[in-house]
Amino acid sequence: MLRLVLKLNGEKIVECVPVMGYLHRGLEKIFEWRTYHQGPRYADQADYVSNMLNEHAYAGAVEAIAGIDVPRRAEYLRVIVDELSRSASHLIWLGTFGLDVGATTPFLWCLRDREDILDIFEEICGSRMNFNYYRPGGLLYDFPPGILGKIERFLDRWEKRIDSDYRELLEGNEIFLDRLVGVGEIPREVALQYGITGPMARASGIDWDLRRDRPYSIYSELKTLKPVVMQEGDAFARYQVRLGEMKLAIQLIRECIDKLPGGPVRARLGHVWKCPRGEAYYTVEGAKGEVGFYMISRGGSDPNPYRAKMRGPSFLNLQIVPWIMKGRLIADLVAILGSIDFVLGEVDR
Amino acid sequence: MAPPGTDLKTAPARPIRFEITDALGQRPTTTQTGLGTAGVAPVTPGLVANEDNFVFATIKDLVSWARSRSPWPLGYGLACCAIEMFSAASSTHDLARFGAEVFRASPRQADVMIVAGTVTHKMAPRLRRLYEQMPEPKWVIAMGNCASSGGEFWDSYSTLQGVDTIVPVDVYVPGCPPRPEALVEGILRLREKIVRGG
Repeated sequence: MLRLVLKLNGEKIVECVPVMGYLHRGLEKIFEWRTYHQGPRYADQADYVSNMLNEHAYAGAVEAIAGIDVPRRAEYLRVIVDELSRSASHLIWLGTFGLDVGATTPFLWCLRDREDILDIFEEICGSRMNFNYYRPGGLLYDFPPGILGKIERFLDRWEKRIDSDYRELLEGNEIFLDRLVGVGEIPREVALQYGITGPMARASGIDWDLRRDRPYSIYSELKTLKPVVMQEGDAFARYQVRLGEMKLAIQLIRECIDKLPGGPVRARLGHVWKCPRGEAYYTVEGAKGEVGFYMISRGGSDPNPYRAKMRGPSFLNLQIVPWIMKGRLIADLVAILGSIDFVLGEVDR
Repeated sequence: MAPPGTDLKTAPARPIRFEITDALGQRPTTTQTGLGTAGVAPVTPGLVANEDNFVFATIKDLVSWARSRSPWPLGYGLACCAIEMFSAASSTHDLARFGAEVFRASPRQADVMIVAGTVTHKMAPRLRRLYEQMPEPKWVIAMGNCASSGGEFWDSYSTLQGVDTIVPVDVYVPGCPPRPEALVEGILRLREKIVRGG
């Protein structure tokens, strides 16, 4: 829950101060008390709309310290679940953003399609949210038989809906366009100054996608990875970037399914595995921006990380709120705030 | 309506069979929420009607029955459980079937507070104030492990160990987060409780 303290001059916002911390659960401290195999479960709780991406960052940081070679099949499966998770996050965003600007139907349609993704997740790892699917060194299970066909059928169905349902329903609506086009513009320089990442940065013309520019996992092998970049920087551009990312996710998942190799999904670490001494920072292109984990391990018999700092993209994207709200109309506040796409679990951690 | 020619004065009174026509009676036996028993107690004790739609009941029973059919929740999503609460309210699970889809933004218009998510120490006084602003009668559903007992944040320095430490809770819905079906089950359980005058 986010509280905004506004100072108004008539309809104009003079000053906007976000008050955070209503969901501060002390995640970073809890990471220090949990073993490396329990950690991903708590990383889930940070950005609880795109859980898999947080788990990836956590597991990736541990693997970077310990120098674990992840089996190739696990990396491909990771990309599939990452992109599905990103799609689920964007669907939730699109639905609630529609609600914010006064459209109810997109919410129902987005949640309908999101349920399909959650059904797939449930078959893969037994849970709809908070999956606990990543492990340092791979994944918990292999995919169950038949799930790849199910994913492909879902993608075929969903790809048509993005254009025919969402775009037509929202962009065919004059009110929706009026409330978004030219509203909440973030120029490229300001976005750079504030450290904006992810779809928000790409909507402001910053061509920066960690999947391509600092490749992790097997993203460097994927031919279809072409990040969506818009120049306008307004709320409508952010909407278009996220819709483009949904279509990009479809392409990436299809390519991964085509190239999927065989083999194990988890590196053999032995029964009693101890993380060696070291520290690492590992980043993943999350649904909101750069998700990073900076982890320090003291080695020896210590089963927990000494420190696990999480870089939450929502938190850093949200710090532009005082700047972006200054001088805007109060009626635009909800549309701008919705277009930022933040998750309070990640802001407050 | 009674068939034509029926003598209304001598037509026998019959009980309304809510336990059959209601969704409660068709509840699948599930072990997930720990409700494995198939037998359902009659949810509307004391309500009797004859074939002419005359209802014989005490005012208290009738009011309790009417209240139970549309518990309007306060939209109080805090964390992950809020997303599952959305799911329960949206097209697939359709909470509107049970009259509980009208999420109110103001506590003054709400009957039931679904505490969906982790309650931190910073949020706790606000939660208590929102609860006090709700008009009587009011109910509370603790959704998820965090709101029920602290859950996986049992050793955190900044979270409340169960929302029942600050407000009285009527129904606990376990899970992390609970499935939307579990929340629907919780609302049905709350309806049973309201009908009994709880």
